[in-house]
Amino acid sequence: MIRRILAGAVALAVPFAAAQTPALAQEKVLKAVMHADVRVIDPVWTTQTIANIHGALIYDTLFGNDGNQKPQPQMVGKYEISPDRLTYTFTLRDGLKFHDGSPVTTKDVIASLKRWGAKDGVGQRLMGFVTKMEPVDDKTFTMVLREPYGMVLESLGKSQSSIAAIMREKDALTDPQQQVKEAVGSGPYMFAKDQWVPGSKAVYLKNKDYVPRTEAPSSFAGAKIPGVDRIELVWISDPQTTMSALINGEIDFYEQPTNDFLPLLEKARGVKLMKTGKIDSTQGMIRLNHLHPPFDNVKARQAMYYLINQEDFLRTIVGDPKFYRVCKGLLTCGGPYENDGGSELMKEYNPKKALQLLKEAGYKGEPITVLSATDHATITPATQVLVQAMREAGINVDAQSMDWGSVVTRRAKKEPPAQGGWNIFVTTSGGVGSSNPVLHTWIGAACDKGLFGWPCDPEVEKLRNAFGMAATEEERKKIAKELQTRAMEQVVFLPFGQWDTPIAFRGDKIDNVVPNTGLAVLWGITKK
Amino acid sequence: MTSYIVRRLFATLPVMAVVALFVFFLLRFAPGDPAAIIAGDDATAESIAAVRAKLGLDRPMVEQFVVWVGQLLQGDMGVSIFSNLAVTRLIAQRLEPTVALTLSTLFVAVVLAVPIGVVAAWKARKLVDRLAMAFAVLGFAMPTFVLAYILIYFFAVQWQLLPVQGYAPIKQGFWPFVESLILPSVALGITYMALIARITRASMLEVLAQDYIRTANSKGLATDRVLLLHALKNAAVPIVTVIGIGIALLISGVVITETVFNIPGLGRLTVDAVLKRDYPVVQGLILVFAGAKVLVNLIIDISYAFLDPRIRY
Repeated sequence: MIRRILAGAVALAVPFAAAQTPALAQEKVLKAVMHADVRVIDPVWTTQTIANIHGALIYDTLFGNDGNQKPQPQMVGKYEISPDRLTYTFTLRDGLKFHDGSPVTTKDVIASLKRWGAKDGVGQRLMGFVTKMEPVDDKTFTMVLREPYGMVLESLGKSQSSIAAIMREKDALTDPQQQVKEAVGSGPYMFAKDQWVPGSKAVYLKNKDYVPRTEAPSSFAGAKIPGVDRIELVWISDPQTTMSALINGEIDFYEQPTNDFLPLLEKARGVKLMKTGKIDSTQGMIRLNHLHPPFDNVKARQAMYYLINQEDFLRTIVGDPKFYRVCKGLLTCGGPYENDGGSELMKEYNPKKALQLLKEAGYKGEPITVLSATDHATITPATQVLVQAMREAGINVDAQSMDWGSVVTRRAKKEPPAQGGWNIFVTTSGGVGSSNPVLHTWIGAACDKGLFGWPCDPEVEKLRNAFGMAATEEERKKIAKELQTRAMEQVVFLPFGQWDTPIAFRGDKIDNVVPNTGLAVLWGITKK
Repeated sequence: MTSYIVRRLFATLPVMAVVALFVFFLLRFAPGDPAAIIAGDDATAESIAAVRAKLGLDRPMVEQFVVWVGQLLQGDMGVSIFSNLAVTRLIAQRLEPTVALTLSTLFVAVVLAVPIGVVAAWKARKLVDRLAMAFAVLGFAMPTFVLAYILIYFFAVQWQLLPVQGYAPIKQGFWPFVESLILPSVALGITYMALIARITRASMLEVLAQDYIRTANSKGLATDRVLLLHALKNAAVPIVTVIGIGIALLISGVVITETVFNIPGLGRLTVDAVLKRDYPVVQGLILVFAGAKVLVNLIIDISYAFLDPRIRY
């Protein structure tokens, strides 16, 4: 009887085993676990970082910012800037083809830039300067500005928020408020939509027709040489399972391991940790709502600086000092525009003084509504530290617990806290974007047109514009300091430090892993 | 019997309608906005409002409900707000792992639990019984995720006998398929095993005290024949009920097991969709779960008639 059952099982197993194709077994596959799952295929429709990582694999951009955040031509072969800095003439390089085989033309490029410029914050700023974009022929087009703007190439080559992805014209004509239906780009990998299981796996196949640049790769610039046949972005939501899978060799690359597991990963055989790029850190930010009391008063906002001891936040979130640093500025420490403008406002932790200044600003003990995320690896503990400091000061805190999805909904509400609004929420920003005053949208103070909290200060906006129009690096640095000083006085946000999350990967299985600069660079990774 | 089945199937329609109504409005009243999640961290309030308008989420709730019901009546569950993929496709992608995990878990649970329960009842109040019930209590008390991590640590990380995570569809080969299910089935099956073993024991104890069992024993029938043919068959109704409830619970989501072992099943799809406020996906899933539960209950009820000839519909 048992023999018959076993024979039956073997008979059942044989055809299934034979179904495995030999070609699949020989494929070089990179299995990577990123910080989130690919759920949206349009990197312009959303500002989610994971959509940008997906976008950077399949779409190409006109320029790519290198490891030092300097824009380098990517799809562009040559370009000219007129002496008055008003006309940019771009010529596409040879051999650019979309994944469906059609050539990339200036029609595709102009339609893509228009869509991106209507949706992305940095793109909108750029398009505010652009008066027209016109094709000269299929490979050359011009962009004309109303006044000189120094961030044209940086904006086109940026890697954070939404990249300026070049799509087919027919896709780029999709309303920017709607998602494109097909993800067909001209980048080094092709999206295998038929193999996509949202919430589980996104598959990318090598684009054999891709013609890389000849320059050495550097972050988003230089040669993009597809290193493997297939990239699988596998989504494992449990950090402990991800760590075990990496140790067991089931995955090759783990973008953001939880800090608690770093000591284990450091000791694991075959696993390597790599520090992220020089300015690729995470910046902690506490956002106050400038629309409602008490934080509609600048003195009340400044009082909050006395509740920030960055070490407290960083020890709670990260733990190991080698992965964090105190940074009392709004622009990324370690970045080109790091400065000490306004940092004297954060000189001491003094809850009593904070309460005293709040009272002087008219605070009478009303509840302060803090949106307290319960399901975020870093924002949750940071919020708890803040709430504790506020309670220690004697502030009446109404910490409202909710999942992160509810925080992002609630923070968009402009109503007073008692009517469903809020006073404070905690968030984070990528170090690469935060290193540049124009790309760092959270430093802005554009009132109603700005980000949640709606800081409103024409001087800050004037300085951001001036930075964009500055002609020299020296001038930019000077303006960056003035801007940070002013923004800190206005308390556009309260910084609570910077931290790095190293990449973990199987050093015995993959090569050519490069430090992140804003986004994970996956296309160049090769399998041993 | 046929008219009973038809009546029961028709009776599911109002149940499904109530479920649809309840889920739709409950989701809309819950805090959270998919447009805000889609727009991302760097989006302005205006940008979120524009996305919301394009998705039709700013329309009156009743209008949205009517549109959804209209689609449903045409067999269309809508598309995911995030991925733009049809809800039916998303559910179909996740069905195989869930069904495979459900069946393998039940296999593990039933194969172990029923003999344990039978033996425990046969040797009631003796050492074997106490050991069996202690094992059952332990299995029931231990959280699944704790057992899951213990199993992963030893069988995957230390001894490298089985994979840590993932699901291999059966088309990738029979052994990879089985391999990917062993640890999750054991981790999850232990809890169900404990439940089924206890019910089996209780039910068997009741049957073993009946006169016809005494008669069978006095006729000199072999113990295994008495236990399996005379007792177990008559004790089967409550056991089948518990197994049926187990199937229904497993289908509607074993989120923790699926999360720890990274199995892309319906449970994880549900949780992800709820967290992202992907309304069409949540609505579609709840309807599927409701339908599955109704169907499982119907099958259980029908099985009673086969197990106990006294039951007739």
